[in-house]
Order: sequence, then structure tokens, then C-alpha cells
Amino acid sequence: MTATLPRPTPAGSTRTPVGARLGGLLRARETGIALLIVVVFVAATVKNDAFASANSIQQLLLGASLIALLTVGQTMVIVTRNVDLSVGSVVGISAYVVGMTFRDHPGTPILLGFVVGIAVGAFFGAVNGAVVTLFRVPSLVVTLAGLYVIRGLDGLLVDGVIINPQSIPRGFQRIGFETVLGVPVLFLLVLVVVLVAAYAMRSFRSARDLYAIGSNPDAAELAGIPTQKRVFTAFLVSGSLAGLTGALFVALFAQVDVTAGRGYEFLVVAAVVVGGVAIFGGSGTVIGAALAAVLLNTIDQALVSSRISGFWTDAIAGALLLAAIAFDRSLSLRIARKLRTQEGAHRDV
Amino acid sequence: MSETAVHAETPRDSGPAPTYEGVDTARPPRWRLALRWETALVAILLLTLLIGSNGSARFFTGTTFFFAGLNIGEIAIMALPLLMIVLIGEIDLSVAAMLALSGAVMGVLWQSGTSFGVAVAAALVTGLVGGALNGYLIAYLGLPSIAVTIGSLTLFRGIAQIILPNPTTTPFPTEVATLGVLPIPGTQVPYSIAVFTVLAVATATFVHATPSGRSLYAIGLQPEAAEFAGIRVTRVRFELFVLSGLVCSLAGVLFALKNSSASYSAGFGLELTVVAVVLFGGVSIFGGRGTVAGVVLSLAIVAVLQQALTQQQVQAEVQNIVTGGLLLASVLVPNAAAAGRRVRTALRGRGRPAPPPPTPAPTP
Repeated sequence: MTATLPRPTPAGSTRTPVGARLGGLLRARETGIALLIVVVFVAATVKNDAFASANSIQQLLLGASLIALLTVGQTMVIVTRNVDLSVGSVVGISAYVVGMTFRDHPGTPILLGFVVGIAVGAFFGAVNGAVVTLFRVPSLVVTLAGLYVIRGLDGLLVDGVIINPQSIPRGFQRIGFETVLGVPVLFLLVLVVVLVAAYAMRSFRSARDLYAIGSNPDAAELAGIPTQKRVFTAFLVSGSLAGLTGALFVALFAQVDVTAGRGYEFLVVAAVVVGGVAIFGGSGTVIGAALAAVLLNTIDQALVSSRISGFWTDAIAGALLLAAIAFDRSLSLRIARKLRTQEGAHRDV
Repeated sequence: MSETAVHAETPRDSGPAPTYEGVDTARPPRWRLALRWETALVAILLLTLLIGSNGSARFFTGTTFFFAGLNIGEIAIMALPLLMIVLIGEIDLSVAAMLALSGAVMGVLWQSGTSFGVAVAAALVTGLVGGALNGYLIAYLGLPSIAVTIGSLTLFRGIAQIILPNPTTTPFPTEVATLGVLPIPGTQVPYSIAVFTVLAVATATFVHATPSGRSLYAIGLQPEAAEFAGIRVTRVRFELFVLSGLVCSLAGVLFALKNSSASYSAGFGLELTVVAVVLFGGVSIFGGRGTVAGVVLSLAIVAVLQQALTQQQVQAEVQNIVTGGLLLASVLVPNAAAAGRRVRTALRGRGRPAPPPPTPAPTP
């Protein structure tokens, strides 16, 4: 039965005839963000040429990596018209469990550190996904509750004992500071995840289903898409990536306390929204979201390096976020108008 | 419309002793569901009081009440406008940032020698302006409130950071500084709770007893239909966000007085607590369902629980878990029956096409 059904064509899809134009505009969004990164970078370099030094660029990429990695999972979740507010807490607890594993079992293989982090994250992602899909309750409420519960569990686990750099194997820490041809390893790792996810989100049928679900949940269900299964998977991926982020947190900072990952949820959602992912689902790309994470961090670093004052960072990030949403709105209104005039009777998007 | 009216009159017409069946059909199911949740909240409140009194012989004292109130005061005040915003299907995540910003405005002006009254007035104006910014973007530009208020939460706290990089050190005038830390003379009621009580009564009256208040439910359930019914949806949206900004700035003033200093990091992360309290009170995140009584009960539970757990030296971590668990229960319990029904239908309905399920969580 499903085989004969026409493939759903979600709004924002880059694969459909109608979407071809849309795709062009969405691509323009990513180029726009990339251009903005260049502009900020050049401006900051003009002000202080140390900004373009290899060391400074490495710091820039490292600083953006963790949030960029989280935007991948968050994009998948938000595209389905859900949200995962628990990521910050999941990063915190998986970072601590990874650190604890290394501390209590010296000689743990480095790879196992990642496995542990991802497993912890996947567990909480699965719980979130199961509650959301089985009980059909709003994900905002579920993951907000998750944020508190997981933070509480993390606090019980930490119990005031901070993981020190001495407990973390040198090899694991190396991931945080080593570079290949001048590019930080950690950044390359994140880049691989982002590119794989971007390819999957563009080409895999199951990933395209996520867009269909976010565009119109009822229609997606009627079209034979296993919506609950897909939403569950999105949460599972988001949790797993948060777990991986936790492991990378340990590699990068080599120190974990109870505040690890705190407040990340808003940074991630902000980057995803600036990156052009519609908060009500159905459109947006992983690349856009990850680029936005880099942009926000570039602005952050640029302000610090220009000695304008680090205090301006948040205000500018907030203003930028508001501008990005307003820009999106005017863009989508323009597209809607264009579609109405050009498609005539075919406006079914 | 007329059908409902007939149903409503049936119990009265059918004899002196109306059957439960008649009463049931006269009431819309939504209301029954809400009633049941508030009953559950009362039970939970009694339970928390029991836990508190079991743990400490000195639990039922004025001091406990005072500190419980002092801790929850600003959260309680901010929860009221948020309740109305959630009722119309929107959300305001900038509440705690506005608390910090208005406190910072007051602190900066006071430190620079402005009179105290002017500083407070400026703080409240800040709330109005910030709320108007949110309201304009959400109501008139039609932007999603969750995205806008994540932006403005960063913006507000960012501005607070610019104008007040370091917490203020100049003490506020003694006669007002005591407002933040002492109860109203002769009672154990903190001033913030007194303010909250007045606002809560006003909110309850507005929401439940005036046509404009009732229209919030209509907007939350179906904005288009509300618009066609003659409700000025856009304007109501705008006004609620302005109100939220104003009330949160008032909370900011009280918060600064309580801590006898203003800081840009005041109430960091509190927005999620306020949202959690409102949702735990049985207000639907999709709008259109919820009562002031539910939110007040929810606040009381959180305040009592905090006090009880602290007195029994339970770690803050466990308090987090309890808060999260309660919030989760608030959405799971009302949905458990439906979830069970779904499973049963799925088991029975094997072979024939499954009925279309209810819309899966269009969050946020």
C-alpha cells in the first residue's frame, strides 16, 4: 500500500519541482550565513590582526564545535515540530560519566570513552522519545522535565567531586588540542558528523520523512509514514549526539563539574533558529544550523578580540537572533506571494 | 450553541434529583479534566505538607511560611502573566531576563544618584518597552513566540550585562530595603507574596469572570475562529506580552530589594522554573486550558516542597528530580487513560485500518 502512495513533498524540500526554487533560497540562507562569518572575521581582523592568527582561528573552531554538534540532533528534532530542551543536561551527565569511567578505571581505552558517552546520551534520548511518542505529550514539557530530572541525577552523581585533568588519559585529551594540518581534530570530528547528517537529511527517505512530519503531522501519518517511529529516532539521535558532545567536552576541557553543559539548550536552539530551521518544523538544514553555531561563536570571539567588551556578546547575539527570525518571516511571506502568483491553482504547499 | 443550552437545562428539568449522567453531559469534558487535575494538585499539596510536618516538628510555623513565600515570591508573580500567555497558545521565555534587566536599570540609576522612586519607575518602563518589543514581533510581525523570546532573553540579559557589568554595591534606602527581607509588620507574609496575592486575585477575576478573560481560552483553542468571533487576537497577544514585561520588571525590583543588590545574572535560568510551575498547574502548552487556581496550587506545592526538602536537608539535586518528575506527571497522568485506550484500540483493531491518531504533539 505504501509503495503506491506518492512520495510526500514537504515544503522546503529541495527535491521537488516546487521546492527547486525554495531550495535555491534555502541555499542562499547558508551562503548568507557563511558570508556573514567572513564579514565578521574580516572586520575583527582589521581591528586586531591577531584575530587571523592560526591559534585564534583554532580557538574559534574549537569554541563552536560542541554547539555545532548539538545543532545536528536539535535540527532533526525541531524539523519534526518537536524540541529537545534536555540536551544541556544530557551533555553534563554524559561528560561526567565519561570522566568517571576514566577516573575509576585507569587504562580504559579511549574509544570506550566515546562509547560510554554516546550510550548515556542515547539512553536519555530514548527515554525522551519514548515518553513523547507513547504518551503523545508535548515534547517541550517532556524535555523540560527531562532537563530538571537529568540535572538532578547529574548533581547526585557528581556530589561535589570534580573530575580533574589528572584523571583523563593524555590520549583522550589530545583529541581536544591536537591538530591535523593546523585544523583541530575535534573540529574535524564534528565536521564529519555534520556532513554525514547533512547528506542523510538531504537524501535518505527516512530523514525526508522528518520534514514531512514537521510540515503536516496528520498528512504524514495518512501518507503511511511511521511518524511515531521517526520522531522517536530523532530524539534518540539528538540524545546520542548530546552524549558524544559530553565525551568531547571531557576531551576539550579535561575537567567536569556539575555545571557542565548548563544553559547549552538555549545556545543550541538559538543557533538552529538563526541557521534557518523553522521552529514549527518542516524546513531547515543541518549545515545552516551548524554554520550559525560557528557564526555566533565568531561574533563572540570577535567582540572579545576587538576589546569592545565581552559584555556586548549576549546583547548582539540576541539582536541577531531576533533579526534572523524577522528576516525569515519576510522571506517566507515573499515566497508564499511568489508561489501564489506563479503557481496559480497548484498552490498546495 | 442551542444544543448545549438544552443539555445544560436537562438536569434541572428532569426532576428534583439530577442524575450524575445529566450533570456530566452538561459539563464540557475539558472542564472535568481540569477539575480532576486541580483535585490532584490539592492532594499533592496535602502530601507535601505531610512530608514537611513529618520531617520537622517546627514545620507548621510562621517562619516556614515566610521563607517559603520569600523564595517563591518573584517566580509566583511572573507566573501570572505567563499563565495568560500560555492560555493563548504562546510562551514567554524572557521573563527571568527581564527580571534581571529591570533590576539592573534600577541598580544603575540608584547607584548614579537618581532618586529611588525614579529608579523604580525606570525599571517598570524598561519592562513595558521590553514587553512591547516582544509583543510587536510576535503579534504584529507574526513571529513564533518561542524563538522571539529566546532571542529577547539573550538580548535583555545582554543589555543588563552592558549597563551593569558588576553587581551594585550601593545599599538601597533602608526603608525600602527591608521590604525585600522582612514580612509585613504583624504578619508572616513577605511583601512579594502580598503583591502576588493582589495580582492573583486580579488575574483570576479577569481570566475567569470577564468576557475579555474568557476570550483568552477562545484564542488558545482556535485563533482563527476567535478572530472571526470578533476577538481582537493580535491586540490581545500584544497586550499580554506588554503586561508580562511590566509584571516581570516589578518582580525584578522586588528581587533586587530581596538581594539588596542588582546583578545581570539575577534569576539566571529561572525562566524554565516559571514555565514548569505554570505547566505543572495544569495549563496546556497548546493553550486554551488551565486555571489560575491550578497555577496557585502548583506554586504552593513547589514552595512547600522546597521548604520541606531543605529543612530535611535533602540535596538540591533531589529537589530538581522531584520538580522534573512532578512536571512529567502533570502531562503523563491526564494522558495515561488516552494512551491506554490507544494501545487497546491498536490491539483490538488489528486487521482493519487504524483510525487516524490525534495530532502528534505540535510542539512548541
